[in-house]
Amino acid sequence: MAYKLTINGKVRTVDVPADMPLLWVLRDELDLKGTKFGCGAGICGACTVHLNGKPIRSCITNVSAVNAPITTIEGLSAEGKHPLQVAWQELDVPQCGYCQAGQIMAAAALLAKTPKPTDKDIDGAMAGNYCRCGTYLRIRQAIHQAAGQHEMEGRNGAPGKPTPVAAGNGNGRNQK
Amino acid sequence: MPITRRSFLHVSSMTGGGMLLGLYFKPLAVAQRGGQAAAPAAAAMPSNYIKIAADGIVSIVAKNPENGNGMRNVLPMLIAEELDIDWKNVRIEHADLDDKYTPGQTAGGSTGTPNNWTPMRQVGAACRAMLISAAATTWGVSESECSTASGRVMHAASKRSLGYGELASKAATLTPPDVKTLKLKDPKDYKIIGKSQRGTDVHEIVTGKPIFGIDMTLPGMLYAVYVKCPVFGGKAVSANLDEIKKLPGIRDAFIVEGTAKPANVVASDPGLEPGVAIVADKWWYANNARKKLDVKWDNGPGATQSSEAFAKRAEELSKQEPMRKDLRKDGDAEAALKSAHKVLEASYSWPFIAHAPLEPQGCTAWYKDGKIEIWTTSQIPAGGRNNVAKHLDLPNDKITLHLVRGGGGFGRRLYNDYVTEAAWISKTVNAPVKLLWTREDDFAHDIYRPGGWEFLKAGLDDQGKLVAWKNHFISYGEGERFSPSANPQVAEFPAGFVANFALHASLIPLCLRTGALRAPGSNAYAFVSQSFLDELAHAAGKDPVQFRYEILDSPLVKEASARGNVFNATRMRGVLELVAEKSGWGKRKLPAGTGMGVAFYFSHQGHFAEVAEVRVTPQNKVRVNKVWMAGDIGQQIINPAAADSMAHGGIIDGLAELMAQEITLKDGGVEQRNFNDHPMVSMTEAPPEIEVHWKITDNSPTGLGEPALPPVLPAVTNAIFAATGKRIRQIPLSKSGFSWG
Repeated sequence: MAYKLTINGKVRTVDVPADMPLLWVLRDELDLKGTKFGCGAGICGACTVHLNGKPIRSCITNVSAVNAPITTIEGLSAEGKHPLQVAWQELDVPQCGYCQAGQIMAAAALLAKTPKPTDKDIDGAMAGNYCRCGTYLRIRQAIHQAAGQHEMEGRNGAPGKPTPVAAGNGNGRNQK
Repeated sequence: MPITRRSFLHVSSMTGGGMLLGLYFKPLAVAQRGGQAAAPAAAAMPSNYIKIAADGIVSIVAKNPENGNGMRNVLPMLIAEELDIDWKNVRIEHADLDDKYTPGQTAGGSTGTPNNWTPMRQVGAACRAMLISAAATTWGVSESECSTASGRVMHAASKRSLGYGELASKAATLTPPDVKTLKLKDPKDYKIIGKSQRGTDVHEIVTGKPIFGIDMTLPGMLYAVYVKCPVFGGKAVSANLDEIKKLPGIRDAFIVEGTAKPANVVASDPGLEPGVAIVADKWWYANNARKKLDVKWDNGPGATQSSEAFAKRAEELSKQEPMRKDLRKDGDAEAALKSAHKVLEASYSWPFIAHAPLEPQGCTAWYKDGKIEIWTTSQIPAGGRNNVAKHLDLPNDKITLHLVRGGGGFGRRLYNDYVTEAAWISKTVNAPVKLLWTREDDFAHDIYRPGGWEFLKAGLDDQGKLVAWKNHFISYGEGERFSPSANPQVAEFPAGFVANFALHASLIPLCLRTGALRAPGSNAYAFVSQSFLDELAHAAGKDPVQFRYEILDSPLVKEASARGNVFNATRMRGVLELVAEKSGWGKRKLPAGTGMGVAFYFSHQGHFAEVAEVRVTPQNKVRVNKVWMAGDIGQQIINPAAADSMAHGGIIDGLAELMAQEITLKDGGVEQRNFNDHPMVSMTEAPPEIEVHWKITDNSPTGLGEPALPPVLPAVTNAIFAATGKRIRQIPLSKSGFSWG
């Protein structure tokens, strides 16, 4: 069956069964591989995208249920310049990196609603996004930093403010 | 083991050329001026570490697999430092599997740093020496008058300088230097090492670029799921394949006979497991067809196993004469226990757990015309190649493996079952295939951390000194063989510090794959030994830190030096003192229901001590307020921000294992299906503060993926005791009614 979806501001048409989850439409039909498969059961949050600005689990959302515009990590900003994406790089948040697109999408939905979140706000918004590598302290820091709350930094135990991590090698040109 | 100069040179001589440089630099690297013409030649020499283009951009190969361990940064940082170039001008390239890389391409056992610390710096220093030589020849001056900085060779006396790019083609014609003549930098001159550098792929990660194994796409690629018997060693007798083949999007479905067999001791990578492959145009169609798949399984002998029966058997064995009494014996533990002033007895247990990295297992393979190309997230890609060579009957030179970033490893990707499966399916359907497991597949077919029990007895003299320690260790295996990663560690502290010590063992046959999971062995044994030490400290009426100092200060055999890769009491005392100081041990007033616990552990060459402050409610809701960590991994923290993050990760991972992770067997099959049954720690549950401190000592740098994890479990259980008086002898805590909150 054909479905007309608005993904990252573009109208895309896919011909798939009604019960195909949005995750697989994004990944394998539309070649948007930034959204990740982690559990397939709405538990881990790796597949988080926005439906009309609200975070949803694309792995348990059937394509037939998608009734509003979708934003994925690829569409969060033009060149990776969303304040969260900038903060994530400045603080070198990822270890393996697999959950981070979902983390950023969950955090982006939080900041859109609550521009200056408290730790409690962050906990509430992020509790369903697991990081198997355990980068939570950096994630929290990066959300505060993206929200312009620099005074919140340094609470992960490092005395004072954390040292910003030097810019990437090759000025971002280090492609495979 | 770190690579010594001897073994380093030994390996290089295998090339038949000039030692180190024959290996690293003969094909090296130095691209011809003008660039383009030379590029194909360089690309055809995959063992190159360094390429210098005419414009001065330096490409450095990161040879090791990357699963979040940070080696894609660390190894090039070591080369770049000694090469003396600006990090911003470095491009990092990712290696394919190639036997010419030495040390080998492995991500496991926290070996990346210790094995590569010296060789990678030598690679950079040798290249720099050749560039200096090229400049000196050009100018007709002595090499000793030349210096380098930021990718240029300078001759101060004549104020001349040349960029590495300008010197590259000449340097390529020179004979590489003898590694023994290389002088490595004084650490005080480091510009890259010791400075936090961002992860190589961080921009790609935060913008959702397709860089993970699961993201691989090939023209004409098909997608596969592989359905295996719920019981290890079982096989498919028949299946409704004709029906499956008629479903939408399905290209093929077939039974795989496989090679893995049931046994009482199963190898970690026992061959191709039997199963049913479903191949489709897209992955979801293949996975959706599983709902209609009806397989008649022959479960095999493993189907009689259950966790309940194992626990019963362990209890029986604990009351019998141990099967093995040969593991360690110092003095006479029995006699010392009889004459001890006080004897403590306790039994501890830990469960099977699963790795469950967030990216499920998978692999992309393309078999064509008697050759195969593979894209894998394996932590030991050479193991994958061996599996494929054996099962597809191909020589190594017909197998190409590309190393792709993996979404976490934790030891799971040391094993290459998914590589073999993808290769087999691709060959069968004669097309490029991406195999992807579901999370349920991953939990059902892991290589589990083996569970086990320790039945302990220890004696204190009238001064509260530890005089006897006896351990009846029970885990899995048969006869002389332990199941993989189920063996006890005979040198585990306090062995070597107690005059009368006995380590005995009994084994239970197990038809299940077991293997290494982040800090294998240590991730369970630390909980046991450091908890029991805490019990002894309290029984002796001593402070738990002081009690540990006393034991550390009385080794049976005096240490020859502070160096080496074995447990070292001086180094351990160092981190224990540091963590006690930083945490305000014994000096802080805590509210009722809140306690502090301490533990230390030596694993993977790292000495780590940790203190946890924990609040427990009357409803057994646990909150870890803060963890202080002190670690000694030698003289240099190579990438500090990443090191701190890795330490956080080890601690948080340990807390997940502590609270609620457990794999149980029923009728031979694993009962847990997804993350809700075997949970990670969430942001809300993680400690809001973790303080990381490094004790810098004059030892060669060692790895960090593992050693921060083990001490956190007993630090928290000892803190729970301090807070509540409840002694935890069984993990996960959820079995005793505890939960986060």
